[in-house]
Amino acid sequence: MKQGKKQWYEYLWIVTPIYLGLGFFNILFAWLGMVFFCLPLLIAIFGGEKRYCNRYCDRGQFFQLLGKKLKLSGNRPTPRWMRSKGFRYGFLIFFFVMFFQMLYTTWLVGSGARNLGEVIKLFWTFQVPWHWAYHGEAVPPWVAQYAFGFYSMMLTSTLIGLIVMALYKPRSWCVFCPMGTTTQLICRLRAGRPEEEERKCGACCGQKEEGRDA
Amino acid sequence: MASKQYAWVGRDCVSCGSCLKVCPMTAIRIWKGVAARIDKGRCVGCGKCVQECPAGVIALAKREETA
Repeated sequence: MKQGKKQWYEYLWIVTPIYLGLGFFNILFAWLGMVFFCLPLLIAIFGGEKRYCNRYCDRGQFFQLLGKKLKLSGNRPTPRWMRSKGFRYGFLIFFFVMFFQMLYTTWLVGSGARNLGEVIKLFWTFQVPWHWAYHGEAVPPWVAQYAFGFYSMMLTSTLIGLIVMALYKPRSWCVFCPMGTTTQLICRLRAGRPEEEERKCGACCGQKEEGRDA
Repeated sequence: MASKQYAWVGRDCVSCGSCLKVCPMTAIRIWKGVAARIDKGRCVGCGKCVQECPAGVIALAKREETA
């Protein structure tokens, strides 16, 4: 049966508003987002599990809270195209292309070929002034540039997640989350051939394509 | 007495773990981070995981009658 007592990690949803809030006042806090970037990968690489998604993902919990408890979700089924492998992997490639472009911009600023842009880019398109969050700290310009770029990525993905949460299921973002897709790929590589395992465990698990209701 | 139906996971599970949190029987686990697995024996076919799954890959199936 369901446990009555809440675990500490069930309160991690608070991290999302705190992170976005801190970045509003000081962009350098965006660097904290590297934790959300590295931790799922490390857990998948060394543990072979998606424990981060299943248990610790603050964003997933945040969408769950808004969508389910606060009833802000339309709770409609996620569209088939959004659930397709093509879209998931396509979005993953797009996301990483944008990430490497952000790294390139950081390198340009670091090498002095470009000035620091005190803006954040929403949906990889719209430039929004964000100069108040940078106070000319004693950090190299590339550090601030990376923070602006990373915060743009985090804010954009949160906004996309909120939109799909409002339109579809609370955790529809999880279907095409680039980190989720990457960690699943890592786990799949580590697990070997799932078909073999399925055959072995078919006796107890409802996994096979049998007896499906129409 | 066993319930008349049970949940099963189709292909393309994204292993997000949404289903884990709603299962009243803790009959679901994530197999090696690849996909959700449902223990047929423990599943009571309540359908909560079906409603929760954002990837829409969980469905209910009729349990085969046993003598």
